[in-house]
Amino acid sequence: MTETKTPSAGPADPSRRSAIATLAGAAAATSLPLWARYTHAQTAAPIRIGFQMHATGIGSAYGRWYDRTTQAAARLINEAGGINGRPVEIITEDDGTDPKRGAEVVEKFATQHNCDVGYGTLFSHVVMGSAPRAGELQLPYFVVSEGHHVASGKLNRWTVQPGITDVKSQVMAMAPFVAETLGKKVTMIFPDYAFGHDHRDFFTEAMAANGGEVIAKLAIPPTETSFTKYFPKIPRETEVIYHVMVGPAVLTFVKEMGEFFGPSRPAIFGFIDSLEAVDLASPGLEFLEGTYFWEGMARYAQPDQTEFDRHYRAAIGIDQNGASTRDPKDVSTYAHMFGCWETLYVIKAGMEAAGYAGPADRQKLIEAVEAMTEWPLSNEHPQGAKLFNGKTHQVFGPQYISKLEGGRLNVVQTTPIEAGFYPDEVDYTTRSF
Amino acid sequence: MTARVLALHGGLIAVLLALHFLLPAYHHGNLARVMVLACYAIGYNVLFGYTGLLSLGHAMFFAAGMYGMGLPLHFLGIGAELAFLAGLLSAAALALVVGLLALRTAGVAFMIVTLMFSEAVYLTILLAGKWTRGDEGVVLERAERVFFGLDLSDPDIRYLAALALFALCLFLTLWLVRQPAGRVLIAIRENDERARLLGYDIFRHKLAAVVISGTISGAAGAAYGLLFGYVGATFAEVQYSIFPLLWVLLGGAGTIIGPFFGVLFMFYLIDLSSGITSAYMLIAGIALVLLTLFAPQGLAGELRRRRMRWLP
Amino acid sequence: MDFGPYLMLASLEGAVTAAVLALMAAGLSLVFGVMRVVNVAHGEFYMLGAVLAWVVASMAGGGAAGFVLALAVAPLVVGAVAAAADVTVLKHLDYDPERTIVATIGLLYILQQLTLMGYGPEARPVEPPFNARIALPWVEWGQGGPQLYWPWGLSITSYKLFVIGAAAAVLAGLWALMTHTRIGLMMRATQLDGEMAQAFGIPVERVYALVFGLGAALAALAGVLIVPIQQAHYLMGGDALLLSFIVVIIGGLGSLAGTVIAAILIGMSDGIISVFFSPTLAKIIATLLVAFVLVFRPEGLMGKRAR
Repeated sequence: MTETKTPSAGPADPSRRSAIATLAGAAAATSLPLWARYTHAQTAAPIRIGFQMHATGIGSAYGRWYDRTTQAAARLINEAGGINGRPVEIITEDDGTDPKRGAEVVEKFATQHNCDVGYGTLFSHVVMGSAPRAGELQLPYFVVSEGHHVASGKLNRWTVQPGITDVKSQVMAMAPFVAETLGKKVTMIFPDYAFGHDHRDFFTEAMAANGGEVIAKLAIPPTETSFTKYFPKIPRETEVIYHVMVGPAVLTFVKEMGEFFGPSRPAIFGFIDSLEAVDLASPGLEFLEGTYFWEGMARYAQPDQTEFDRHYRAAIGIDQNGASTRDPKDVSTYAHMFGCWETLYVIKAGMEAAGYAGPADRQKLIEAVEAMTEWPLSNEHPQGAKLFNGKTHQVFGPQYISKLEGGRLNVVQTTPIEAGFYPDEVDYTTRSF
Repeated sequence: MTARVLALHGGLIAVLLALHFLLPAYHHGNLARVMVLACYAIGYNVLFGYTGLLSLGHAMFFAAGMYGMGLPLHFLGIGAELAFLAGLLSAAALALVVGLLALRTAGVAFMIVTLMFSEAVYLTILLAGKWTRGDEGVVLERAERVFFGLDLSDPDIRYLAALALFALCLFLTLWLVRQPAGRVLIAIRENDERARLLGYDIFRHKLAAVVISGTISGAAGAAYGLLFGYVGATFAEVQYSIFPLLWVLLGGAGTIIGPFFGVLFMFYLIDLSSGITSAYMLIAGIALVLLTLFAPQGLAGELRRRRMRWLP
Repeated sequence: MDFGPYLMLASLEGAVTAAVLALMAAGLSLVFGVMRVVNVAHGEFYMLGAVLAWVVASMAGGGAAGFVLALAVAPLVVGAVAAAADVTVLKHLDYDPERTIVATIGLLYILQQLTLMGYGPEARPVEPPFNARIALPWVEWGQGGPQLYWPWGLSITSYKLFVIGAAAAVLAGLWALMTHTRIGLMMRATQLDGEMAQAFGIPVERVYALVFGLGAALAALAGVLIVPIQQAHYLMGGDALLLSFIVVIIGGLGSLAGTVIAAILIGMSDGIISVFFSPTLAKIIATLLVAFVLVFRPEGLMGKRAR
């Protein structure tokens, strides 16, 4: 690809627009002025951020909280004067947690809604399905997915993950704790798809590096609803069970694991993904008392709660237990949704650094974000200080390890940012736009 | 009679070609997608609408085309042209095997057998996660998607490529159902016992229908992957087997032109209603119920019943 | 875990799956057998049962009373909803098989979306009325003859045993209803020949509405029973529908006994095959097994050979 196209903001791209002029003059007369009027109005118009939301489908529990976080952050940004003096407008489209619809939504952002950027995708298959279209349409695409897809080099120059760390980094940061504190012989239980395979591969590697060993790997097919029949495959000598499950059946999974082991269980370490948006006081979860979790951000307010966390909770309307202030049973996806908040602030910082004025500056926006390196712990980055790698388009940050005690999660260790570093696998800055 | 049939279908292609120059970018992109999916629906219709066999597993053919194209392209670098051919062959081979087994059954048992084979294909894609990356899928780079020198990621070329494939599938099936063999298929749909008594080899005709239907569906899958740059396991899931049934029933089963309108209708039903309310599935659901109440033959089927009895 | 105890555990788990599946599939089989239509929304009735169980149980303040109340209320409400759908929509389609598929897909969208709006996207649990973990013994031939011991992990819960029992009782009741009552006779007559039944003065339309409601109520009951084991979620109906659909066809159309046998076969094989293979491979094998049963016995296990 040597040709660099100018991003098309109008309803028709340039080559066809010239065809319109010659072939169908009358139709062009009605469509061109509209288009022209739109670009001229850009300077006063709001910054339009297309929010690709998992409102329906398997990701909808996350989608709801991603939406609440996004709206809260956008409101605060607007109250503080917007971006470059322009208000922010969030354009929400449901992608049904489906890669095909996801790609269509990205097209809609770029060509119908005239969004400045696309943003907010979580599930990695939706990211993978949508990112090629974002790249072709030259739409900056800010994902909040924790997948390793961005940093692995599979995507493109237009796709960035500046708000949440990726699986590889998370897993590497956890391995020393598991090996030193819980045990050396680990059995992993994970969903049999890409997200689970990333956990499997990266954690196995990281455990070996820390003197531990993964002795069994149980890949559970998605859509499975009963799990007891798989547990006997856990070797008897297992010292630690590592679980990361997603989807509506996770509660069943944990419950049945408890019923299987009864009073004599090994140490258990899980990713909170297994229980995001789930009330830890739910019946059946007593079994997890005393087990450990990775958390992206501490759901329960800790004794050393920062003012930034307080500010963040208040803005979205979340209580000290990570649930909605209006309904204590409505538990948030606290360990992930901070990524939306921080990503919006990165978009803001990027647009300000690039002097972003309209879709013609999209390339400058990406270059400005690539040039960024660190963000301190602040109201904009309440989860923790961050280091951004412009080459891999991936952010790095601290991770939290919590213990479930008395029905709440208490942070027992915060891993440093460096614990999640790994050698670059791609340099997007050398790729063309 | 042939003249007006040709005029109608040629007219549709001409209109779609004209729309290439007229449509704003968003709808231009949508229509490209609709045309590819319409090929899938056309493939489905060969089996369902013309032969009377209801499959609940066509996603496996779509996926066979998609992965049969995508994996060799991505891992062996065989080029888009050969990869597309590989996609077609994968779908055809799968259809042949499935047809040989599934055609021992009929009716609801045929539905379940195809459903089960399709589920097995889906799970196999997950099982082969080392190459397929399971649900996450594989992104095809722009550089890989060059077809006889044409960059398929370019919106104009994509639209025209989709149109070419659509026209090909449309006229191929139009030709097919007017052949003696095609008429035998319709006879099987209407009364397979009678067709058998007339001396036709029903099994071979049905098998041919499965293979043709599967290959066209596979072509749509391969084209979808090439044009939109993504190959993923979602396309092998059961809802992608239900969609073509829904499209064909909405558009008019057993009509050549119906599947296209079914896809178009369904696409814009979701797209437009999601602009009005977040509860767009509710609108879609109500629309489906109303449509079955008031247009039982599907859109093109109603047209044939009321106005154009000659519609093929 | 040793092979013997593992097999027993997998069989027990398979039996729980089979029980719920049999209940749900019996409902589908009834509708399919009598009305000759595929109700794609059947899974959503199952989902509604589970969701209503959560609603009723949490309104009643949880505990065993809430669950018992849900057991009574949810099937009734869902049955009424289904009967209403039959009278307002399906009747006007003349029960045309293809149009019914589209209409019930529409119904599926409507029910899912309404549940999403009213109940939300979370998976919510209902507390089982009782749930003691029962460790199970296993026999081993040692030096002094057979010995009992308690293998690691071999256990079941009292609630799971209850589900198996409850499903068996309901199915027995259904069988009695079909064979020993007037209304059952009417249903069977309608199943054999709708027109003839009408000629003999059976109110076929009302029988249809009743059957559709009853089928949905059975699905809802299965939903209530499963929700303390799994959780209520607005997308839970999809896979349940597919499985029960498979069970009905494997069992043989319109045969209640066949449906139950098929449910046991599929539930158990799902459990037992998982002993021998890695989980996803086990699923593939179980899936292909179903396909090949039908390839070589297209009329199902208990079905009569057509034509």
